[in-house]
Amino acid sequence: MATLTYLQAISAALRDELRADERVLMMGEDIGVFGGAFKVTDGFIDEFGPDRVMDTPLAESGIIGTAIGAAVVGMRPVCEMQFADFISCGFDQLVNVAGKMHYRQGLAVPITVRLPSGGGFSGGPFHSQNPEAWFMHSPGIKVVAPSTAEDAKGLLHAAIRDPNPVCFMEHKHLYRRIKGEVPEGVFETPMKARVARSGDELVVIAYGAMVHTALEATEDIDGASIEVLDLRSLVPLDSDAILDSVARCSKVVIVDEANQMCAAGAQVAALIAEKGFEDLDGPVIRVATPDVPIPFSPPLEQAVLPSVERVKEACRDLLAY
Amino acid sequence: MATHMAEPAAGGTEASTEHLTLEDRIWLLRAMLLMRGLEERAMTLYRQGKVPGSFYDGYGQEAVSAGAAFAMAPEDRLCILHRDLAAHIIRGVTPERILAQYMGRAAGITAGRDGNVHFGDRNLGCVGMVSMLPDMMLIATGMAMAFKLRGEPRCALTWFGDGSTSRGDFHEAMNWAGVQKLPVVFVLENNQYAYSTPLDKQFAVDPVERAAAYGFAGVTVDGNDAEAMFEATRAARERAIGGGGPTLIEAVTMRMHGHAAHDDMKYVPKEQVEEWRKRDPVDRQEKRLGDLGVDIEALRAEVRAEIDAAAETALSSPMPDPADVVEGVFCDGDAEPLGDGVARWSGFASRAVA
Repeated sequence: MATLTYLQAISAALRDELRADERVLMMGEDIGVFGGAFKVTDGFIDEFGPDRVMDTPLAESGIIGTAIGAAVVGMRPVCEMQFADFISCGFDQLVNVAGKMHYRQGLAVPITVRLPSGGGFSGGPFHSQNPEAWFMHSPGIKVVAPSTAEDAKGLLHAAIRDPNPVCFMEHKHLYRRIKGEVPEGVFETPMKARVARSGDELVVIAYGAMVHTALEATEDIDGASIEVLDLRSLVPLDSDAILDSVARCSKVVIVDEANQMCAAGAQVAALIAEKGFEDLDGPVIRVATPDVPIPFSPPLEQAVLPSVERVKEACRDLLAY
Repeated sequence: MATHMAEPAAGGTEASTEHLTLEDRIWLLRAMLLMRGLEERAMTLYRQGKVPGSFYDGYGQEAVSAGAAFAMAPEDRLCILHRDLAAHIIRGVTPERILAQYMGRAAGITAGRDGNVHFGDRNLGCVGMVSMLPDMMLIATGMAMAFKLRGEPRCALTWFGDGSTSRGDFHEAMNWAGVQKLPVVFVLENNQYAYSTPLDKQFAVDPVERAAAYGFAGVTVDGNDAEAMFEATRAARERAIGGGGPTLIEAVTMRMHGHAAHDDMKYVPKEQVEEWRKRDPVDRQEKRLGDLGVDIEALRAEVRAEIDAAAETALSSPMPDPADVVEGVFCDGDAEPLGDGVARWSGFASRAVA
């Protein structure tokens, strides 16, 4: 076991895969010589060369499209979007070509798309988004969103080894803030939820950076026993784990850093309404970013992103219901 | 009206290339006859309500896909457009599967999951198109990128239309392929209209001239001459395999039918259609081979019989089972890459393993 930051864990997974499988290659803007905008692939080019750590033209559709082409002739491309926001420029290739390929013609597209996502540091409207729900709504694409260093590594191994297109949501605000023990070598984390803290009076359901917000907010709310469920994977969505938590806790707060409308949490709320209704002892409460572009100035950004205080308040209200 | 109005061929019997045997030249005609006959049959089935959705054909453009696909080796990979049925035929897709595909039957290439010409047999090295054009240019570019990375002497080829050249993926693919000098052949099927939009509303500069700006060769070919298409593609493939990078082939042709079955094409001047009718690619190849003593009527009869039998088989084949409709969105097993296709050109025969 080594103590790694979330970012180091991602780098370690990529390095392990490049060493283990010659079909794996990295593609992205400024990932080679420069080592990536966030230095995730720093030094890779020296070990693996410019063919396998490829500095591509500034062309997101090109990155996703050529990765699909390489994948269907036997490669395992890992694409980096410099910021998750830029996947909008590669959306068509991912959704229409990659996502529908296996259903239409039985052809697997084993690509991983790394999406540095999330706000909290004045990135503004184009460097702060959480676009995961776009892909949850598009058949044929898996979506994972780790919150810990260990899961970042294990889920990235699982994504790269998966025969399908996988969006790997890596939260930028966790890159250097979060550290943890990470087992050595290759291990695959299952695309299933994880109980981050167990409890039986209320459950907070979250993923990515919001898991940490949820844990901090619920550390001590008048001694209540509060569970935190870390979804880890959005597609597939671990319905069993969600309904199991609901059955034990009866009260549910769902936290999304993404814009509220049709976010991942909305799907979780719908699932609970359909299948967990009888276990509820109060309304399902959602805490999310209102439906505005993420503003730049710190007080404005902090006003929209779900904060520890907002989550705490939601839990207090629901506990008192 | 067209930026490039190819002149009709001289009309002689000589081949457009020294690389085709008589048998090859007959195969080209056969592929075009099968394409035309199958599409005519499918149109009849469409009118009878047996082909759901709409129907798109490549009447008058048969030479573009026949000639280009004929130059491709089994290990090459193809991304095929909607007016390129002859490419599927040459790669080895059988007529009954094609008709079953049009009718949404279980025996179709996509087993009813996608319609009409949206198919590619993965076992024959082909990827089916999507409606967002020209997305497949990037797929072919990525295939070529993998071939180059692995040092494999193979190439990828894709077709796209004149309208496609206005979209960003055209630029991204051309640029990427040029920067990385990839073994890819881009066939621009210039059929004068993107749905109803003529060329002069689509671009200010003929796209073939753009190839130079991306650092590689662009050639204009008579797209109604299967043998000229073959020769241009053969040369482009040779350049690709030899490390010379991509080629843009502009195949100048004419869409002789509407965009799809519903389109009466009233936006096209009648004289333009009549002018192009004189350059029919099937007539041209028939004339060439007829002059050499090939029994064209016998070949036509043989193709007709094949289509009749295929239609009978396809019509009696079952529709897909709705019980499975949510299956197969994800791959649950190993990711199997594309398989090899069939090569018909005699030039590949010498490479066959004994």
